[in-house]
Amino acid sequence: MRPRIELLAPELIGRILCEAFELLMNPGVRVGSAPVVQLLRSAAVEVNDGVARVPEPLVRSCLASVPRDFYLYNRQGEKAVHYGGDDVHFDPGSCCVQMLDPDTLEARPSETRDLVRLVQVTEMLPQFAAQSTAVVCSDSNAPSAIGDLYRLFVVLQHSDKPVVTGSFSAAGLQGMIDLLAADSGSRDNLRKKPRAVFDVCPSPPLNWSEFGSHNLLDLARAGVPAQIVSMPLAGGTAPVTLAGSVTQHAAETLAGITLHQLAGPGSPVVWGGAPAIFDMRTGGAPMGAVETAMLNMACAEIGKHLGLPTHGYLVATDSKFVDAQAGAESARSAMLGALTGINMISGAGMLESLACHSVEKLVIDAESIASAYRLVRGVEMRGETLATAMFAQTGLSGEFLKLKETRALFRQEQHLPSPVIDRSARGTEPPSDVFTRARARVDELVSMYRKPSLSEHVLRKFQSIVDRETEREADKAGVASPIPGTEKF
Amino acid sequence: MSDQLFQAMRQSIIDGASDTATELAQEALASGVDPLEAVNQGFAAGITFAGDQFGCGQMFLPDLLASAEAMKAAINILEPEMLKRGSQRKALGKIVLGTARGDIHDIGKNLVATILSASGFQIFDLGTSVTPEQFVAKAKEVDADIVGISALLTTTMAGQRAVIEALDRNGLRPRVKAIIGGAAVTQKWAAEIGADGYSRNAIDALELAKNLMNKMMNKVMNKGTAQA
Repeated sequence: MRPRIELLAPELIGRILCEAFELLMNPGVRVGSAPVVQLLRSAAVEVNDGVARVPEPLVRSCLASVPRDFYLYNRQGEKAVHYGGDDVHFDPGSCCVQMLDPDTLEARPSETRDLVRLVQVTEMLPQFAAQSTAVVCSDSNAPSAIGDLYRLFVVLQHSDKPVVTGSFSAAGLQGMIDLLAADSGSRDNLRKKPRAVFDVCPSPPLNWSEFGSHNLLDLARAGVPAQIVSMPLAGGTAPVTLAGSVTQHAAETLAGITLHQLAGPGSPVVWGGAPAIFDMRTGGAPMGAVETAMLNMACAEIGKHLGLPTHGYLVATDSKFVDAQAGAESARSAMLGALTGINMISGAGMLESLACHSVEKLVIDAESIASAYRLVRGVEMRGETLATAMFAQTGLSGEFLKLKETRALFRQEQHLPSPVIDRSARGTEPPSDVFTRARARVDELVSMYRKPSLSEHVLRKFQSIVDRETEREADKAGVASPIPGTEKF
Repeated sequence: MSDQLFQAMRQSIIDGASDTATELAQEALASGVDPLEAVNQGFAAGITFAGDQFGCGQMFLPDLLASAEAMKAAINILEPEMLKRGSQRKALGKIVLGTARGDIHDIGKNLVATILSASGFQIFDLGTSVTPEQFVAKAKEVDADIVGISALLTTTMAGQRAVIEALDRNGLRPRVKAIIGGAAVTQKWAAEIGADGYSRNAIDALELAKNLMNKMMNKVMNKGTAQA
């Protein structure tokens, strides 16, 4: 039996969806661009003053064309992430602007070398099924409009794993799809075996902005998976109650799915989210709060009820250091997300309410994730008997350590942690804290990492796409600004 | 041919495959391989490798124990022939083991016994809840080099001090070395009660016992050189 947690009673799920459909009609959804308005009107949706009233039957018909599951593939073309059912995967948090310096313990602007180090460590850890475009590269002289393209360019050069990514501009998305298609061989190959999923975010409450909705439509038409990441802040940009925020999340996501499926029926799309409570002291979004975890769980439950692939934002903390608070909050939400059966859980490695990344935290989070995976495997039946056959061999001697069953089964029964987790007896060596051990683990993983060997042909294609997009943006801005490759990293 | 056989012997110990180790030992005897060479160049290399792997976290207790059991199985086959040839493996030393009085937890002590025995020490295991007098009597009887006292509980750790004091009272130390181990035992405690050594696990215990024996040998040799 796979252990699971459910927060919503069936009648509450029905009520949430009922009110979400009501919200789509009244007050309706703000839509920001002419092509979106045109698309909605072609489906007989009433749009007045930039507000669309989306009827339930249309939404239901769009839901019916969404694939119930799909895969992301690694560079070798193998299935690496299954979006669907109760399968659970993790990836590091995305698009952070600061990095915790392990020497000074201060947050500083993140750079390309930080992204490379995060990718290297993620590549080495089996707990992470996918990479993310984890940090902004403040040292890059790439125009900011194509910063997301540059991050994907760096990740693809250093990883074979699938990527959870996103674009902050409508213009940047096509370059990113070109980059992925260059790696896959063609846009058609990319559609058949997608390597990446793109986060696309509505703006709370109930607003699909111009760039968000453009990206959604472009992804649908390209057949590249989209992950709708609705971010209601309970009490700030959404109703203060958890149930109210889940309802708003459902309405925003249903609106997104409708746009997406109208543009590309049958294209893969994920019921994702990064909902949080609104902190009534600081005005921030406490990602480590248990209520934030509850929102993610409840939102995913609605997606699962609709039979859709799911995503959430967990395994993060509000602490500024890799300390006990960081460990407690991150491990707790990793467990809760896994018990909910969320298909992709983003957020590992992140501190300070998603404002700062830490590669040391990432390796500690990997241990929490491994424990969460162990937990959801549950208590399993192995062999003909549970204990009597083993007692038949040991009698009352207690010599279980010598049994062949012990040796054959202990690796399945127990998660064997890396040295990041201290279980040693107090001995002759001075005891170390988890941060010290995590630093050593990061160094070890980086030393074992091997960069993927990409063909010269693909690398040249990558560089030409990046150069093309750079020139296009530079032309717009009226400056020349070539950006380098990442050979030095 | 022998190299291949020695390599297979080494691997059988690493794999913890008692049946294979037994068959290889029998094959060695049947084909006239010197049993002492089979141990030293084949099986013992496997147990050393397993110990190293355990020490760096690549192997785990059940693996290590299986390796030790495979080693014992091989030795059991080879020993009669070694005795016949008068070429038996020289014991690295004689060690009396037991848990302190009042302590019935013997999993750690048993593991130490298995590893030390598989590695060439002669072990006299007194079992659990052993009195200081029993330790002393056995050490005298077998002319032990080392006495090892295990204690899991903080409440029974005092028993380790009692054994060391009894060894002192009976004039056995410093010739007989006293070593201690157990979950709650620390280097500080070892120093406090005047133990000659402490180890955190069975593999460290093997290193500790080897180091103590080397020191004793050096002392004897130095003494001999000085007298000459």
